[in-house]
Amino acid sequence: MSDLTCDVLVVGGGPGGYPAAIRAGQLGLDTIIVDKDGWGGTCLNRGCIPSKAFIHAADKFADMVHHAESGKLGISLSAKPKLDMKGLVAWKDEIVGKLTGGVEQLLKAAKVKAISGWAEFEDAKTCTVTLEDGSTQKITAKNVILATGSVEVELPFLKFGGKVIGSTGALDLEKLPEKLVVVGGGYIGLELGIAYRKLGSEVTFVEALDRILPVYDKELTRPITRWLKEHDVTVHTSCKAKGVVEEGGKTFLEFETVKGGTERLEADNILVSVGRKPNMSGWGLEKMGIPNDGKFLKVNERCETGMRGVYALGDLTGEPLLAHRATAQGERVAEIIAGHRTVFDPVAIAAVCFTEPEIVGVGLTPDEAKDKGETVITGKFPLAANGRYLSMEGGADGGFIRITARESDHVILGIHAVGKHVSELSGEFALAMEMGARLEDIAGTVHVHPTLTEGFAEAALAALGHPIHISAPKK
Amino acid sequence: MSEYRYKLPDVGEGVVEAEIVEWRIKVGDTVEEDQPILDVMTDKATVEVPCAVNGVVTKIVGEPGDVIPVGTEILFIDTSGAPAPSAEDVPPPPAGEVSSESETEGADAKAEPSPPRPAEPATPPASEGRKNKAAPVARAEGDKPLASPAVRQRARENDVDLGTVPGTGPAGRITHQDLDDFIASGGRLSARAGGSGSGRSKRTGVEEQKIIGLRRKIAENMVKAKTTIPHIAYVEEIDLTALEDLRAHLNARKRDDQPKLTLIPFLAAALCRALPDTPQANAHYDTEAGVLTKYEGVHLGVATATPNGLMVPTIKHAEAMDVWELAAELGRLARAARDGKATKDELSGSTITITSLGAIGGLVTTPVINLPETAIIGVNKMQELPRFDAGGRVVPKKLMNLSSSFDHRIVDGYEAAVLIQNVKGYLENPATLFMP
Repeated sequence: MSDLTCDVLVVGGGPGGYPAAIRAGQLGLDTIIVDKDGWGGTCLNRGCIPSKAFIHAADKFADMVHHAESGKLGISLSAKPKLDMKGLVAWKDEIVGKLTGGVEQLLKAAKVKAISGWAEFEDAKTCTVTLEDGSTQKITAKNVILATGSVEVELPFLKFGGKVIGSTGALDLEKLPEKLVVVGGGYIGLELGIAYRKLGSEVTFVEALDRILPVYDKELTRPITRWLKEHDVTVHTSCKAKGVVEEGGKTFLEFETVKGGTERLEADNILVSVGRKPNMSGWGLEKMGIPNDGKFLKVNERCETGMRGVYALGDLTGEPLLAHRATAQGERVAEIIAGHRTVFDPVAIAAVCFTEPEIVGVGLTPDEAKDKGETVITGKFPLAANGRYLSMEGGADGGFIRITARESDHVILGIHAVGKHVSELSGEFALAMEMGARLEDIAGTVHVHPTLTEGFAEAALAALGHPIHISAPKK
Repeated sequence: MSEYRYKLPDVGEGVVEAEIVEWRIKVGDTVEEDQPILDVMTDKATVEVPCAVNGVVTKIVGEPGDVIPVGTEILFIDTSGAPAPSAEDVPPPPAGEVSSESETEGADAKAEPSPPRPAEPATPPASEGRKNKAAPVARAEGDKPLASPAVRQRARENDVDLGTVPGTGPAGRITHQDLDDFIASGGRLSARAGGSGSGRSKRTGVEEQKIIGLRRKIAENMVKAKTTIPHIAYVEEIDLTALEDLRAHLNARKRDDQPKLTLIPFLAAALCRALPDTPQANAHYDTEAGVLTKYEGVHLGVATATPNGLMVPTIKHAEAMDVWELAAELGRLARAARDGKATKDELSGSTITITSLGAIGGLVTTPVINLPETAIIGVNKMQELPRFDAGGRVVPKKLMNLSSSFDHRIVDGYEAAVLIQNVKGYLENPATLFMP
């Protein structure tokens, strides 16, 4: 095949790469994007989207079980619902298929040449793609955007395979595990572990640190800890997984307890979710002459690497490893290559855990703000005092919205919430941060009744000392 | 309604008037006995004025910056509902009350047309108090400017560094209008890679600052000193080579409980030894009475820069201290002055003053005498310079200029020179500072 040249070569078709390619195409740049594992990357194929579909199905199932058992809300079912895992996985795959197909259409509409295959660089601007039929295609680009994302971290003593699965495998199980052991109490493990509990599995967590979700403060994680306890999910904290033991036709996870003893947990599946790492090998990075920044690629606010004309974005470039960060970077990089004067310079990036209940956070927690030398005031509004929350069966889960602001000028430094459906508030939270809002701006915005967003205004009012729907905090 | 009219009490010996620095309460506030309600500035110190009764504030007289005679009615308090103060709780009528009747009326008349201070804008609860009055515009070094993404992007496209754009929005937020104004005023950074222009912008901001409080006091004193005292300046070069060796040695061997020695304690010690021969330079000159008061003791004022302005804490009886005691007292007073904790007594009573700009640099200063004193000594920067020694060889010497000003009505040029030469002798032969 004759060699190809282009203005922009994007390697990786995930939530960083494909928006970069679409934006580059929109801007009239001759663009090629290469990926082997389906458009949309981890996010669409085995991450954000399928896991949310899974979580939704689990919610629905658990709810129907509840109706069958208790006839809550005056609605009862004559029999318990039945779960068909294959049907669930097929439905999830259908959604994934729709979205990945959509990405392919969007790329085409933006006149981007999409090549399915594995790219390997020879030098910073030249790569050879091994296509699905085994043939190769050489591509030389003026500009290269590296968007190879991240991969699941595998533990050497708990390699994926057989009953040991990662988050990817957990979304494709054909049979519901009766007993699921989750190694790692980060957000991915919790999201999936909680979903499996709702589907009926007996779930146990083994976490090496002394608490789950250690990036959030205890006030925020308390409702989740409570849910786990109420649903008989045991969390072994400060315990180190050691390996798998097969005995009498059964599989066990062996782990070291706090006191140094060894215990084991029977498991039909062991889900290892101990984090993700940048995907830096297997595609010729070492031949490109790009300096590293610790375990990530070093980039500036224009996403430029140390090599002229080579850009990197997304999980390759460091924390937070989030799809929406990669997407925003991708758009900026395409614009920068097209000559626009812009940078990737957000005030804050919101993060969401789709746990039960959900957590959303943007900006600094009160502790983080104090560590930065800020004097802060906080306002907290319990969602149990929000009408819409109660009407959606919330209220008993300890959910709340919390605002952290600088005491001197009331500029908002961080917004956090925990509760059902609070992930949908993340947009307003992030907007408030980007616009440099003060407490008075939020309190002065008329929020729709009856919605959860009222709770945001109330949290601002609480910080100002005069909330309406809770008694004013004593100062 | 029983109304209590609170008069500005006597805030210090001999003080007949005070300047309002800040009200700590506003109309409608509930006040309690002994609660600080007002900060006033007297000759040197800021004084908290406590309330005398319990009640609700109905009227406040006077704005920050107003100078009010002692005895003026400054606060009207509705005491109905609060127990009336017992007779002994009521402060005795201040001395100025009767004699300054006309002044009192004057102050009232002046204050009457201006409405009582309005309640805080917006609706801050009481707990936030005074901290959030105005939108602060100044940004701390390194703080990201507050601006929406659209403003940030437009700034980038126009080569404007948002850090240099004044924000007029709440909390100093930069609006589209601010950016437009900045660009319209020529504040564009046109120097970019391959571009042209100097990359400098015009600064067009103007800030009007009301000169009140300590600053006004300083201004008044400076005018008085410079217009009434005929200053004579005298500058001499001092060879500190030997003293610096001694100082380094003493600091290297000092005990943990001893302070680190700077040059000032040695200069103070030298002055204390030299002044008895020139007593008219350690004195107060009362021009109205036509009396020069010469002091045996040396009460050494040390001009100190503080966050609130220049202050002159005073080492009392410096002649009775050794260099370590001088250093310790100096450190204590400087800290107290900087923290705003220096007492009125510590900030007054000096008989001669030292001012030091040595750390910043500068060859010579012509310091202004601290009224009613007759002399002031200024320390300049020490530097190593070449000089000839007795054998005609060029050697490095640690040299420092000592600047000084004297009240030429009292101190003749010859006398000034004698004093400074004596000080020079002590400093250049530091062993003599330690002789009995």
